[in-house]
Amino acid sequence: MSEQIDERLRSELQHQGVWVTSMQELYNWGRKNSIWPLQFGLACCAIEMIATAASRYDIARFGGEVFRPSPRQADLMIVAGTVTKKMAPQIVRLYNQMADPKYVIAMGACAISGGPFKQGYNVLKGIDRYIPVDVYIPGCPPRPEALLHAFMELQRKIDEQKLTGTNKAQFLKPEQPSEFPVPKFGKHDLEPPANPDVFHPPEIERA
Amino acid sequence: MTPNPYLFIVIFIGVALAFPLIPLALAWLWRRFFQPPKPGPDKTSIYECGVESIGEAQIQFHSQYYLYAIIFLIFDVEAVFLVPFAVAFTGLPVGAFIAILIFLLLLVEGLVWAWGKGCLQWER
Repeated sequence: MSEQIDERLRSELQHQGVWVTSMQELYNWGRKNSIWPLQFGLACCAIEMIATAASRYDIARFGGEVFRPSPRQADLMIVAGTVTKKMAPQIVRLYNQMADPKYVIAMGACAISGGPFKQGYNVLKGIDRYIPVDVYIPGCPPRPEALLHAFMELQRKIDEQKLTGTNKAQFLKPEQPSEFPVPKFGKHDLEPPANPDVFHPPEIERA
Repeated sequence: MTPNPYLFIVIFIGVALAFPLIPLALAWLWRRFFQPPKPGPDKTSIYECGVESIGEAQIQFHSQYYLYAIIFLIFDVEAVFLVPFAVAFTGLPVGAFIAILIFLLLLVEGLVWAWGKGCLQWER
């Protein structure tokens, strides 16, 4: 936006009652203020998510109160809680069934890394092994303020997405997949244990 | 001059058509110029809470269930007649009493017939 019009001129016009905007800005403004989450909770983080939606924390202030019971109408998947290996294929399938553009918030220690169950045998060590995560919230469970903060971060991210150009948003690129392979139940673990196209664990550098 | 009274209906139909069609057209234009469609086997599959669906959605109930439906209907209608009958029982003339007994007899006859045919046996 700022490439087209001088920011001072824009501010001056705004004071005179003329609002100058662009398609991209209008589009992102509409999207970021009506993020509809998919209505599902997995574990105790879901209780905090419910508290966030209730009157005290009131996610409606950010336009996110419309929890949709169908992935066809949802923009955001809040992975709120422990993702067991039994549940992981369903989560990935639900993500696949959501319409583009879609975003994921991994809420809580379990959703981002397996949390206290990381050493166990039946909990997925982070949902980012199968689907791309936009915002991670640490905490066990994170407080509603933390979820609101993640929500605002996501709004900031949506606001910065470009509609055109080479660095336009990923979901607008035809080559960027909208679906990710659903893991299968193997003999001991999910097959594959992680999607190498999505999962990029940080490399440990030792001095 | 007063406008034709049907003019308002025409305007109403026009607004009723424009209201859904304009957003749909905008969405179609948006898809055409910005958003590449990305259908896929998972995305277009039936939504069943993330679980893979089994079989067809258009299942049909077996025709033998109509017997249960009919027997249920008999007693349903019977209850509708019996309640006012019971309320007005003390003040009824003999003719009305006999009439309702005939009605009950017909229903009991139907029940005996259904019983004799084995309709009350739950079979799959």
